[in-house]
Amino acid sequence: MFLRTVWAILWKDLVTEWRNRQTFSAMLVFALVVIFLFNFALELNRGAQAVVTSGVIWVTFAFCGTLGFNRSLSAEQDRGCLDGLLLAPVNRAAIYVGKALSNLVFMLATAVVVLPVYSLLYNTNLFIPAFLLVVLLGMLGYAALGTMLSGMSMRSRMRDLLLPVLLFPVALPLLVAVVKASSGLLEGQPLSAVRHWMDLLVVYDIIFVTVSLLVFDEVIED
Amino acid sequence: MIEVSCLTKRFDGKTALRGLDFRAVAGEFVALLGPNGAGKTTLLYILASLLRPTKGEVRVAGCPLPHHAAAARRSVGFVAHQPLLYPDLTARENLTFFGRLYAVPHLPQRVDEVLCLVGLMECGNNLVRTFSRGMLQRLAIGRAVLHDPQILLLDEPYTGLDQAACEMLDAMLHLQAMQGRVLVMASHDLGHAARLASRFDILVSGNLKVSVFREQIPAEGLSALYQQAVQSQ
Repeated sequence: MFLRTVWAILWKDLVTEWRNRQTFSAMLVFALVVIFLFNFALELNRGAQAVVTSGVIWVTFAFCGTLGFNRSLSAEQDRGCLDGLLLAPVNRAAIYVGKALSNLVFMLATAVVVLPVYSLLYNTNLFIPAFLLVVLLGMLGYAALGTMLSGMSMRSRMRDLLLPVLLFPVALPLLVAVVKASSGLLEGQPLSAVRHWMDLLVVYDIIFVTVSLLVFDEVIED
Repeated sequence: MIEVSCLTKRFDGKTALRGLDFRAVAGEFVALLGPNGAGKTTLLYILASLLRPTKGEVRVAGCPLPHHAAAARRSVGFVAHQPLLYPDLTARENLTFFGRLYAVPHLPQRVDEVLCLVGLMECGNNLVRTFSRGMLQRLAIGRAVLHDPQILLLDEPYTGLDQAACEMLDAMLHLQAMQGRVLVMASHDLGHAARLASRFDILVSGNLKVSVFREQIPAEGLSALYQQAVQSQ
């Protein structure tokens, strides 16, 4: 039943997004504008590129992810659909996992477009398996945290402002870990050299997925 | 089916329900009447387990709330003021989605049955955002009865409906009552309530002022009883 609920919510979010293209298009346009702007602002030599790339990439992902989280649960509430979800006799953790997965899919879809465009613009190879693993782990933790905090902020009239205020301080360890791990890998260091950052990422993901699963029921109640 | 005792609900210092006692048994159609702010919607939201009581005991289908809310939800269908439907899904997709959440068996057949019941079979593949208010309300009722609940809660279901849609809704609610469900309907509309309900509970300022069965309504009629209850606050 848990997985059936997760799948139902993921399916509904993807179909809805396919039809109205509100969340993904906003995230994608924002991400492309940011990397184009950085491209013109930072005319980098190859040495500097490796250092700056991870920062540019993760600033882009962090902000466009926040755009998606802001709409994730609040759009349900604005359309009056959240009560429909909460009326169902399902584990609220399954609702959380479904929404977090749909946020993760939107972030990954953005990355699928952004990474090749960035590679072309900056003439940098980003298709390093270990770097892609860092992107996946980073987005997983960010989506887990962002979905939970969007549940906390959605009933506030200031939710668009409140979510980043809550999200960025808590996500700071995650963002530091992904930027450091990405920098190391893009500079050509082996995976073992950034292992401690990867470990931090994995621990962060486990902690926030677990905490979110435990508290989402309380977070989403009146 | 529904037992409420000494129910109090406060929001930010404002008391919406004050020690309310309420009971409804199988086959009853209870009309919750009262002016704006009487606490009708709050009571329905608590029975639907969308709000938690501040004080008091609530049992829905034998399950104490809020601790066994998940079990109670299986027995409850709720038609809220908003349709609780996704505008970018078709009517059929909406019912399929909610059917999956309720683990409705033989879902495709059940979705067809419900679309037939609410008279939307022809529009089953149309996006809900293209629906009129009346069609939305019919689909909202379809969503509420999809999992065949024992208890149906309705919050102002006639709002925004034209005459034809009202008549269709009357017939649908009558059918649900005939099938032995408990129906609790919050309404301002005494006419619709008088036609359908078997019991009339009048709430004023969070208190249950009057509770009468259809056969106990005085000769002056429901309207006079309502005016009397509202003016006596």
